[in-house]
Amino acid sequence: MFTFNEDRSLFPRHDEKGKPIVDVESGQFTKIWQGPIHPGMTGNMSLELTIQGDEIMDCVTHVGYLHRGFEKLMERRRFIQCFPICVRVAVPEPDFNEYCLASTIEELSGIEVPEAANWMRTLLLEMSRLQSYLAQMGGQGSSFGLGLIGQWTIWARDLVLDRFEEITGGRIYHMHMPPGGVRSLLPAGFVGRMNETLDEISAVMEEVERVLFHNSVFKKRAIGLGYIDPNWVDEYGITGPNARAAGVAKDVRKDNPYLMYDRLDFDVHLEYESDVFARAKVRYRDILTTIDLIRQILPQVPTKGEFMAEVPNVLHWKIPYGETYKRAECTRGEYGYYTVTDGSGYPRRINVRGPSYTHAVTLMEKMAINLNIADTAGVMSSLHTYPPEVER
Amino acid sequence: MKEIVNRLKEKFPVTAEIYQRDDLTFVTVEKKYGVDAVAYLKEYEGFTHLVLLTAVDWLEEGEFQLTYLLNNPKAKHDIGLRVRIDRETAEMQTAHHLWPAVTTYEQELNEMFGISFPGSPRQGHRFILDEAWQGPPPYRRDFDTKKYSEETYFPRPGRSKIDPSEHMKKKLYPEGM
Repeated sequence: MFTFNEDRSLFPRHDEKGKPIVDVESGQFTKIWQGPIHPGMTGNMSLELTIQGDEIMDCVTHVGYLHRGFEKLMERRRFIQCFPICVRVAVPEPDFNEYCLASTIEELSGIEVPEAANWMRTLLLEMSRLQSYLAQMGGQGSSFGLGLIGQWTIWARDLVLDRFEEITGGRIYHMHMPPGGVRSLLPAGFVGRMNETLDEISAVMEEVERVLFHNSVFKKRAIGLGYIDPNWVDEYGITGPNARAAGVAKDVRKDNPYLMYDRLDFDVHLEYESDVFARAKVRYRDILTTIDLIRQILPQVPTKGEFMAEVPNVLHWKIPYGETYKRAECTRGEYGYYTVTDGSGYPRRINVRGPSYTHAVTLMEKMAINLNIADTAGVMSSLHTYPPEVER
Repeated sequence: MKEIVNRLKEKFPVTAEIYQRDDLTFVTVEKKYGVDAVAYLKEYEGFTHLVLLTAVDWLEEGEFQLTYLLNNPKAKHDIGLRVRIDRETAEMQTAHHLWPAVTTYEQELNEMFGISFPGSPRQGHRFILDEAWQGPPPYRRDFDTKKYSEETYFPRPGRSKIDPSEHMKKKLYPEGM
């Protein structure tokens, strides 16, 4: 077998300043576009790859295929009208948008949320985390040709969506946490059914562990692939499982506890290899933690009591001048809303801080260099990016 | 937090400070000290994680507010450094040498708000908008989306429009009301 002996990190040739010389006119390079419609891409974005042979020399991320201007739309709407818009920012995980927007509005207008509502929110966020992780796990397997994992985990995710439907009436977009509290408490008999679902998911996860993490194809391709240096974590603003797989303990639930997380017992899992395999392992252990957390939360959610605070008439709701930032830990990392109000009935500015903003653009462009084009999909899905967050 | 703000005050003139929460403070500095203050907070006070960089359009005052939200991962608190810049000239020093990720933020602000960051890579390159975009920066508050789309986009020629009320009137009362 032919192997390269030279230092591949210096390939292609560099000038004196260390900048790679990629001359597309020389005829040695090929430019190909991966995306926007490509099975290996996570959503509608594209990578403009300059390749030599099958090795990537240069990569530029292109977004804009999904831009709907949510931030601009929200500036022209009343606070309650922003609420059905914000969930569309992250399709597979809308609850974090609801929570972050609601909590910034509550903080700026000085509303205290009842405890029962906080427990409900914690439960909904953890359920949302569970279903998002399950979908990602399937995508991670599929990107290396293991389609079976996806079939199992998407089935398991559907069970969680059924439970969501019971509480909120919606499967994907729930809109259950308006500013002030939640729309309802748990329906009768929910705890038993949720526990059954968790048992089923635990059984599936045992199978996934056996089939994915002991699979020789996955191990051979994923170990050592897509290395993230721990020093990059602050430079590139990496958060969530991508940082935890590099040995950096970053978890908003532990660092700045919100809702009821300071009363729950859980650990932050770390891995140190910082490759695709380590990131998949961190996510797998996070799924088990989430199942455990839901089991802890369920008996503590009150069955009756106040679950909505007094809020002003939503059609005439004015919030005085102020600005704040609220964050939550979603499956990809730190999710946050920066809200500025100016005393009128409309927000002055709402800025969404999605973790994919740095992961999919600056980090992916750096990681793609010297990567084999066949591995791009695996690295991309291991970063767990969603394009709508980048272009809001 | 108070000590950090006091130390910052010794170095740079701080014009406003708001203690929003125990772990979140907003301070305002003048434009010429903006990037230096960010660099100081990063290098000496441990605010190594850039959470976000964004702009707020204060149209009535003729100013943009740039917010650099920084996080200290060890002490677990945030500081929002605000800089007011003039809306007409809309120019700010670049901070891409501090974090590589800033390049993307500055590219987006350049495109969406029309704020220029001289020296920052990818200024003027399209990020979210279409390559053929000719209009003004769309996230400015004086950009009217509806007016722009009515002026720029038009229905396909030869397309006939049916007004529902007229159509029903004709259908139900062919001989007139």
